[in-house]
Amino acid sequence: MFDIIIMIFTGVGALFALLAGIGGLKMPDTFLRISVTTKAATLGSGFSLVAAAMYFNTISVNTRVIVIVLFIILTAPVSGHLISRAAYRSGNKLWKGTKMDDLEGKYDDETGKLS
Amino acid sequence: MSLYSYLYFIILPVLAISVILTFIRFIKGPSVSDRVVSLDLVITICISIITVFSIITNQSIFLDIAIMLGLIAFLSTVGFTYYFDKQDKDV
Repeated sequence: MFDIIIMIFTGVGALFALLAGIGGLKMPDTFLRISVTTKAATLGSGFSLVAAAMYFNTISVNTRVIVIVLFIILTAPVSGHLISRAAYRSGNKLWKGTKMDDLEGKYDDETGKLS
Repeated sequence: MSLYSYLYFIILPVLAISVILTFIRFIKGPSVSDRVVSLDLVITICISIITVFSIITNQSIFLDIAIMLGLIAFLSTVGFTYYFDKQDKDV
């Protein structure tokens, strides 16, 4: 019974990892790539880790899995925001289909503060 | 189909293919930020690979390495952006 649940969870995790790989390769823009990869990778590794917790089913493994999942969920948005801010300030071009750019001209080039 | 052969012949190749796709983006990437994003994604997929491998070999000690890799991924991204903001614009 547990084997089938572990198969489903690892399958969903591998599918999300594959979607992150394809999205990172096919998306036309740095910011769209960041958007795809952070979300999909978080879910993919989270599902795999939950499958490992079901397989071992001891307290030590469960606490480790909870720690890793919480750490990934907390740090993925922060690192995505940091990378996209650095990419925007270094002058990466937006995709030509992007309709509006709210940050245009709002960053001070010298200090990096928002005006 | 047993759990062992399912993990070994379906899940691990799919994860390896996604690592290869991410590495293609790492080689092609037009800017430095693309390369950092793809390396971050490689480390996150490696956490999945380590987890599946610990199920296959029935050794839960491998999950400690996953904790270490998660820490290193976050710290490397923060360090990169810190020095990327501080660099000289004229160079």
